[in-house]
Amino acid sequence: MRALTWHGKHNVQMDTVPDPEIINPRDAIIRITATAICGSDLHLYDSYIPGMSNGDILGHEFMGEVVDVGRGNTSLKKGDRVVVPFVIACGQCFFCQKSLPAACDNSNPADKADASEIAFGQVMTGAFGYSHLTGGYAGGQAEYARVPYSDYGPIKIPDGVEDEKVLFLSDIFPTGWMAAENCQIERGDTVAVWGCGPVGLFAIKCAFLQGAGRVIAIDHHPNRLALARANGAEVLNYHEVRVREALQEMTAGLGPDSCIDAVGMESHGFSPDNIVDAVKTSTRMGTDRAHVLRETIMAVRKGGTVSVPGVYGGFADKVPVGAFMQKGLTLKTGQTHVQRYLPALLEMILDGRIDTTDLISHRLPLEQAPEAYRNFKENQNEWTKVVLHPE
Amino acid sequence: MTDRPISTDADVDSSAFRDSDLHEGRHAADSLRAILIRRPRSALYGYWRDLLNLPVFSETVKSVEVLDATHSRWVVEGPGGKDVALTSVITEDLADRRIAWTSTQGSDVDHEGWIEFRDHPFGRGTEVRLFISYDPPGGVVGKAIAKVMQREPRLQARRELRRFKQLMETGEISTSRAPDAAPRGSRRL
Repeated sequence: MRALTWHGKHNVQMDTVPDPEIINPRDAIIRITATAICGSDLHLYDSYIPGMSNGDILGHEFMGEVVDVGRGNTSLKKGDRVVVPFVIACGQCFFCQKSLPAACDNSNPADKADASEIAFGQVMTGAFGYSHLTGGYAGGQAEYARVPYSDYGPIKIPDGVEDEKVLFLSDIFPTGWMAAENCQIERGDTVAVWGCGPVGLFAIKCAFLQGAGRVIAIDHHPNRLALARANGAEVLNYHEVRVREALQEMTAGLGPDSCIDAVGMESHGFSPDNIVDAVKTSTRMGTDRAHVLRETIMAVRKGGTVSVPGVYGGFADKVPVGAFMQKGLTLKTGQTHVQRYLPALLEMILDGRIDTTDLISHRLPLEQAPEAYRNFKENQNEWTKVVLHPE
Repeated sequence: MTDRPISTDADVDSSAFRDSDLHEGRHAADSLRAILIRRPRSALYGYWRDLLNLPVFSETVKSVEVLDATHSRWVVEGPGGKDVALTSVITEDLADRRIAWTSTQGSDVDHEGWIEFRDHPFGRGTEVRLFISYDPPGGVVGKAIAKVMQREPRLQARRELRRFKQLMETGEISTSRAPDAAPRGSRRL
């Protein structure tokens, strides 16, 4: 089959690779009909995530048709249309039983699990196409994918619903939903969202659905700010205003009730702390640029909540822990517990309560994935979300 | 140590809670490792006690032949991928609680081990502790090779336990082995 493979920093290529096979009883093989490039794929593209290996197939947002199922899988059958969660989870361990599938104890293969246990103190859960820290599983920017534990994760899609409407159930819709849920929004709250990429845009939509009175969105790409505004947010361009002062002014000195960091480890901008971080990162003295995390902690109101869907992978310094403690903040974060949210979110799409497609800027054949990565990286203003279709 | 159960107080300071070499085995290399498995004690004990099951989840034990009620013959992948044979005798067998074994004279490698099953006090399943101790063939050099080859006992104990847990909880063992389980592109730069 054809697949997008990683060969080092800023080097992804289309390769012909072997087709995946059923290995375990609960596996399924999916013929992929739609797959997307995630902002977090750029962290791999930019070589910020450790544990990548030459030849890895990328991609963790995908859906398609079931073409083969293992003998132990009684819930899927050939011909089913499914969206596949990016998190691989068994459904039976302590964490899955607590509805924390993104903490599943079993999906990371035993021989891959040592690295994350050393890096993070505990074994990370398996995920598709996202380094060997999370299992070394082949991703979904390909014609086919092997889906382990496929009787627990994938959600069936009724006939007649277009791929594009449901594709983002794989990651960014539930990720935006959990980002908003982590804010513990009360009716009329003000939520500030840093980053108007796909996750930030979904966080805006979901914050309103969960009762926010006001959402203030922060970015510097005019097109992304326009999308945020079209979704009802007020916007701040950090190239034009001082964000913290603007937020104070807009909330009459209170500060936003919750702040969402939908940027993560590769924040931009020319604040002094970020320049130091950038130097450290480029000299490998540190990995994460934590400018947005710092800003959210400083901006949020006393007793407020900081929610972090943005991806971090290593260490950061100068995190304002004094402000965090003195203001009595709550910090909530984590990889998304996708499986937990899928039935309710699919229902919302089918009911027309949310537009899941307005952020798609480009629809391309899978073969053009390498140039899509380049453009998504270099022209973030116009390339907001790329959907790829295998031929 | 092996003739008494670990007391609750002692656990905190024992290596049971730390993946370290502090626990004393009779051999040069040893490791104790704990894991929580969400299955009843009896099911876990029963699966492990049927020694023919060991190769299903073990990366190290390649085959087992049961000789009598307590003796069995194992072919184990040694450091460097060379097979070694050992005859194992069960020295302690407490139903649903504990199994201990040791290699007999004439084995290619001196080895002892035990596995213990205890109920989690608040219903989260079974706490399983696995102890592995052996003299790597080739002494210090052998241990160094074993480490390089990732057959060092600490690594071995935690990987065996992870696979055992996966199999017991999910019915299968997670894998991303290339190329069939996880296809990948050719290595080139």
